Amino acid sequence: MIHAIPMMVVLPLAGAFFIPMVSRRAAWVPDAVGNAVMVVLAVISFGLIGREGIYHVGGWPTPLGIDLRLDGLTAILLLAVNGIGLCAALFSVSYMELYTSKFRYYSLFLFMVAGMNGVIITGDLFNLYVFMEIAAIASYALVAFGCEHEELEASFKYAVLGGVASSLILIGIAVVYMITGSLNMAQIADRIQTIGLTPPILLALCLFVAGFGLKAALVPFHAWLPDAHPSAPAPVSAMLSGVLIKAIGVYVMARLFFNVFGPTSDLLAVMRLLGVLSMVIGVLLAVGQWDMKRLFAYHSISQIGYVMLGLGLGTPLGLAGGLFHLLNHSVFKSLLFLNAGSVEYSTGRRNLKQLGGMARILPLTGGTTLVASMSIGGVPPFNGFWSKLIIIFACIRAGFYGLAGWAVLVSVITLASFLKVLRYGFYEAPAEKLRVERSMAPLMAVALLLLAISCLAMSLFVVTGLESPVLVDRAVEALSAGVFGM
Amino acid sequence: MIYALCLVLVGIGLYGVLAKKNVVKIVIGLMIMEYGIHLLLILIGYRRNGAFPIMQPGQDPGAYASVAVDPLPQALVLTSIVISLGVLALLVALCLRLYEKYGTFDISEMRRLRG
Repeated sequence: MIHAIPMMVVLPLAGAFFIPMVSRRAAWVPDAVGNAVMVVLAVISFGLIGREGIYHVGGWPTPLGIDLRLDGLTAILLLAVNGIGLCAALFSVSYMELYTSKFRYYSLFLFMVAGMNGVIITGDLFNLYVFMEIAAIASYALVAFGCEHEELEASFKYAVLGGVASSLILIGIAVVYMITGSLNMAQIADRIQTIGLTPPILLALCLFVAGFGLKAALVPFHAWLPDAHPSAPAPVSAMLSGVLIKAIGVYVMARLFFNVFGPTSDLLAVMRLLGVLSMVIGVLLAVGQWDMKRLFAYHSISQIGYVMLGLGLGTPLGLAGGLFHLLNHSVFKSLLFLNAGSVEYSTGRRNLKQLGGMARILPLTGGTTLVASMSIGGVPPFNGFWSKLIIIFACIRAGFYGLAGWAVLVSVITLASFLKVLRYGFYEAPAEKLRVERSMAPLMAVALLLLAISCLAMSLFVVTGLESPVLVDRAVEALSAGVFGM
Repeated sequence: MIYALCLVLVGIGLYGVLAKKNVVKIVIGLMIMEYGIHLLLILIGYRRNGAFPIMQPGQDPGAYASVAVDPLPQALVLTSIVISLGVLALLVALCLRLYEKYGTFDISEMRRLRG
């Protein structure tokens, strides 16, 4: 099974190059190849759960070659990326008929998945940078996919800020290499243990916080997200908001800070601060939005704040809450974006002021939006409630009563904001009669149903106890095990 | 000292990205930033009067390691140049498309997205 690890990168890369080569034969080829690759990836990532190991690329031993590491944290991130990727790919089959040149879309989509999988499994700092750039460049192109005024503007903004972030990260990697003389994460962790956090290492840490903070759109660095995520086609928005900001932002921060540099109290305080800022400012900016996708994008900033707050507590309970919320957010936020996509597919609109009564026109989308809104708002039977509850408990147990208060308050505002979406978009009669251009395609319905069922099913994770939800507990072990050993 | 000069180059690039209004100048700023970083990477592996990093037949590995420059940053820079070329190509294509749509290179006139 250890030999399946490199497949997570090899398969989507091969698919991405294969699709443009054969796309001229028949129109259905890109759909079939893209979806087949995602199905296989989802199955492999499911099979990798609960396994651990290190794959040496090319058979070179650890300090010489590139390592691919698989542990509990890697496994759940891979499952999230490829599961959401499968749903987005299913949704794209009909949705991307609205655009031209589908084969380019699937090719870029698979590049993005390959980049994210690579970031998650790699154990080498420069390799991580390369995979991150593959995912990022593909996502810049996907944001601009419509080639209209707004798409191009958003993509330019995103590409420039993403380029600055990558540059900062590369300087950080250069400084780390200069001090430790290694790019292998385990070896770096080992050497930092002996030389300590000297000023150059601290400089590198600051650069990583800024760089990955930009990639994860934490609040002082969030300006690009509300433009870029809504401008992309709906399945791409679902991937960007659902998994990209986590895979190349939050995950890398968690991995580097907990397993390579070792969490110091200052570092955790910075993570908590960024988390609370994103949480509060993101939700306040979201309340006034009328464009459905833009509103969801601001909520992504806010929910990523919850994840960072949970991770920043540093206690096992906080880590469990943060990681569980990361998984839950990837499910319900991609569901929300796909819902917005199916509304746009049927009516061509996404402004809440021009919509209304969608629950009657699209009953399935109405139902799944209700499920996703209740999940993100933290209403009991759904998954969002449990992860927020764990984070709030963890805050209280760690003695941060103020932070727990903010978390509750933000949750209430989030619920209010989603009641607005449900009321104006789905239940109240529209101001003018809506013209329904297309009805829902069956594969789109399958994708929505899969995600909505996962929203409910993931609540079952807490049957093993609030302290250690199943699946998440192994990831918490991986993070709290301390720095990598050689 | 010479490391500081690389960071000055990065700073000039960052200034270009943040302060300039013309999209092409912003792209140039980003590229200056990346060149600064490439220079920094090369300097990390540099050794004054060092030998080229190819081990001669019969040479003692210890003696080789004590004179040769570090080859790893050179490999990193090659990879990084290719990546920045990809980003540059994409950004320039975006600039051209933006010019087609808006008829200007001025970023302050591209303001459809707000809120």
